[in-house]
Amino acid sequence: MTRTSRPVRAVAFALAPFAFAFPAFAQDSGDPIVIPIHNWSSQIVMSHAIGQIFEGMGNSVEYVSTDSQAVYEAIRLGDAALEVEVWEGAFGASFDAAKEKGGIHEAGNHNAVTREDWWYPLWTKEACPGLPDWEALNACASAFATPETGDKGRFLGGPVDWLKHDAEKVEALDMNFTVVNAGSAAALWAELAAAERDKTPIVLFNWTPNFAEAVWPGEFVEFPKWEAGCDSDPAVGPHPDKVYDCGNPADGYLKIAAWDGMPEKWPGAYAVLQKVSFTNPQIAEMAKLVDVDGMEPEDAATAWLAANEATWKPWLE
Amino acid sequence: MSMAGNIPLRPHQDLRPRVALILIGAALVLILGRNLLPPGLMRAPDWLVLPFADWINVIFAFLRDDLGLIHVTRAFAAMLEWLLDVTANLLYGKNRWPRLGPLPWSAVAVSMAALGWWLGGWRLAALSGGTFVWIAVMGQWQWAMETLSVIAIAAPFSVLLGLVMGIMAWRWTWAAKLMNPVLNVAQSLPHFAYMIPVVVFIGVGPKAGAIVTIIFSVPPMIRMTELGLRKVPEEVVESGKMGGATAWQLLRKVRIPTARTEILIGVNQVIMQCLAMVVLASFIGMPGLGQKLLQLLQALKIGLSVEIGITIVLIAVVLDRLSKAWAMRQPVHHDETLPWARRHPVLVVWALALVAAFALAQIFPLLHQVPRAQALSVAGPLDVLVDGFIRLVDPVTTWLRWFLITWVLIPLRDGMLWLPFTAVLTGIAAAGWSVGGWRSAAVVVAFFGLIALSGWWDRAMITVYMVGFSVFIAALIGLPLGIWAARSETRAGRMLLLCDSLQTFPSFIYLIPVVMLFGVNDVAVVAAVVTFAAVPLIRYTIEGLRGVPAELVEAAHMSGTTRRQMLWHVRLPMALPVMMVGLNQSVMFSLFMVIIAAFIGTQDLGQELQRALSATDVGKGLVLGLAVAFMGLAVDHLIRRWSESRSAALGL
Repeated sequence: MTRTSRPVRAVAFALAPFAFAFPAFAQDSGDPIVIPIHNWSSQIVMSHAIGQIFEGMGNSVEYVSTDSQAVYEAIRLGDAALEVEVWEGAFGASFDAAKEKGGIHEAGNHNAVTREDWWYPLWTKEACPGLPDWEALNACASAFATPETGDKGRFLGGPVDWLKHDAEKVEALDMNFTVVNAGSAAALWAELAAAERDKTPIVLFNWTPNFAEAVWPGEFVEFPKWEAGCDSDPAVGPHPDKVYDCGNPADGYLKIAAWDGMPEKWPGAYAVLQKVSFTNPQIAEMAKLVDVDGMEPEDAATAWLAANEATWKPWLE
Repeated sequence: MSMAGNIPLRPHQDLRPRVALILIGAALVLILGRNLLPPGLMRAPDWLVLPFADWINVIFAFLRDDLGLIHVTRAFAAMLEWLLDVTANLLYGKNRWPRLGPLPWSAVAVSMAALGWWLGGWRLAALSGGTFVWIAVMGQWQWAMETLSVIAIAAPFSVLLGLVMGIMAWRWTWAAKLMNPVLNVAQSLPHFAYMIPVVVFIGVGPKAGAIVTIIFSVPPMIRMTELGLRKVPEEVVESGKMGGATAWQLLRKVRIPTARTEILIGVNQVIMQCLAMVVLASFIGMPGLGQKLLQLLQALKIGLSVEIGITIVLIAVVLDRLSKAWAMRQPVHHDETLPWARRHPVLVVWALALVAAFALAQIFPLLHQVPRAQALSVAGPLDVLVDGFIRLVDPVTTWLRWFLITWVLIPLRDGMLWLPFTAVLTGIAAAGWSVGGWRSAAVVVAFFGLIALSGWWDRAMITVYMVGFSVFIAALIGLPLGIWAARSETRAGRMLLLCDSLQTFPSFIYLIPVVMLFGVNDVAVVAAVVTFAAVPLIRYTIEGLRGVPAELVEAAHMSGTTRRQMLWHVRLPMALPVMMVGLNQSVMFSLFMVIIAAFIGTQDLGQELQRALSATDVGKGLVLGLAVAFMGLAVDHLIRRWSESRSAALGL
């Protein structure tokens, strides 16, 4: 018996009565439901949790690792069946583009909000006590200076393909900062870990829910509040002639996407998927099991399911 | 003899330095008159920038949708997937036909040890068996088997395909003519560039991983097969013909067995290339060690990812040794009168051990599968070690970062971007002309001219600057190390082993510590690239110095040269052509690594390639990939030409 199949079977046994109770599930195709996984833990654990629920219903499930942007093209073509974490900020554009081409749709919405913006670990406050206000941050820009940025402060942005508008924001708010883009999330954490050693002040791109919250306590920078149209209409926001003169939305969506062929091919699984909804603390807990407690993602999913039956059992009804 | 042959210079060779000087003068004029230049000479004007990416996308859309190529590729992928499912079931128990697996790890380890014993004696048995024990005990069995289940299909496929294409290239001149430029480009194209079309045509998952692995690993096999077949002596073929062999029999029974050594080197190269792809292929769905490694790095678990890196190196070493031993192995002829068991002792022992392993695995589950929770780990001490090292060198790196950024890298980079593209092209033409006359000048200008036409000039210059500086630093480190290591055989052997390991160690792991040391900037990129680019320089310096004919050294010794004179006037000049091959490879490695360093954060072609991959933009990806490939090919052309004329002059 393999390492993965043991917990899977445990769940299968736990769910066996449900499978009998709902013969409708029997219509599901015998082909494996392909769930894509990416390179951050909450997504992997959540994928395994949902996959294990499907397996408990008698479906066969397979996980495939893919790029988190390219995945929407794969789902559209039916190479993968669903995506459990569609972040508004990071993947909204790719998702919308794929929806336009056809083949993919929104299957559900988590009861969670996502936020992605400038963020700092708490030790930064010592060097810049006025935080989290953005004007206070701007006033102590020199504390964030690096050799690459000269006198200006450095803001460490995410990879360019995340399509953030940090440079526009700096320009619109006339900030004394230069945006340096890291090439991967791993590079962001590496910088953060290095800064932690001697408590160097650092301001970087971060998001919630995320494992980093558990490892490095910190806060988001408070920019002028997001208003609809801030990114397209210069009149919106404090500066009447600038776009992006505001923070990112503090309550972005977290959706579930599915292949258009899924409701027909696996109606039972699809019905459950539509009801799936996790909250911010639940997602953070999943990430923590792996990133802090050092569990394997599949074991973490089993453990989470075992501890939270009250959450997911009703979805099967 | 060759010295004498070189004395009567052909008249046009005389002109070369002069033309080169004129071209350099022209480049200088362009640089000095920069402020007076019309903008069209600073950067390629808009009307000259051709929409290559759009053209490629149109062609791909036509191939895929109108010609229906996607059905062909998908059908092929489905066939491949069926094979992958079989190995996946046997090795890690994926729920597919034949539903026999997973094999207990002890049974696999015993089999690998037996294979090692059969091919190369007890040392190889210990190495290959030990490696699989390590994998199991470290709790990486499932991941390693996921990786091997793909390689077990991709490598044989690649060997077969390479063999067939190599035979075609040998048999028909047109095929060779067609394949040669394609292979040249394929071998210098960054991996990300051809991963995008694979995603479009094949999709994601193990099958896509297998296909990029095949594409990446097949060129050396084609090359070696063709080379081997060409080297078969005519006498051997003649004797085959006299024996009345048909063309097919000649090929199968005479030519291929005679070309065995080259073909087996090709097989060995295929295996090495497959392992080099383990991590990169996981970007498009290859399961296993590579995928796990990326996940662990994402969560900053350096110790655990180093463990995986060690496993990848160990698997590479084992497969390398096994395939080399297989290449060296001569057929053994037994005395027919001996009993069967005596003639096949390995087979008997293996069968017995296998039965024992299966039986014991039933009784002791730990011999079947080591769960992650019970696995050993050296991650803790490794993390402490890495952390301690970073703390220790922190003052030095902080200073180094400041110094390099402020005084070297930013000025260099601004300088590269400041140059008019016409001046760069003229300078390149000068280099080409001085090395190989107008032909070489035309070749290298064509390569760089196309980059200018693609509209990615600025990004390409940033790549050039990072590769140039990294190779420079790599040479500063690699050449002295190589010279030092070449002094004694044992030292050279150890250094070469280290080179091999560094080369197969997944480069992604370097990316995180260099960011911790230097931060997200070009210093970190250069540090990561240098680690990789120094390897071929060290290797070929050692090979070159050891290859200097002993008589020559002896003769110089007799005429009373000092050690220093011996090195500078005898050994190094003689070794230079081989060392230049090292430089050539170093440039290639740097180009690949600079592209991967996009994951640290760069502003060059690599960053755009990364963007093209996530947007599955085939056209853009191929244009960027070709821009990188053309740089590599231009450098390759210059160094090769220079090295050839140099070797001729030295009479090598």
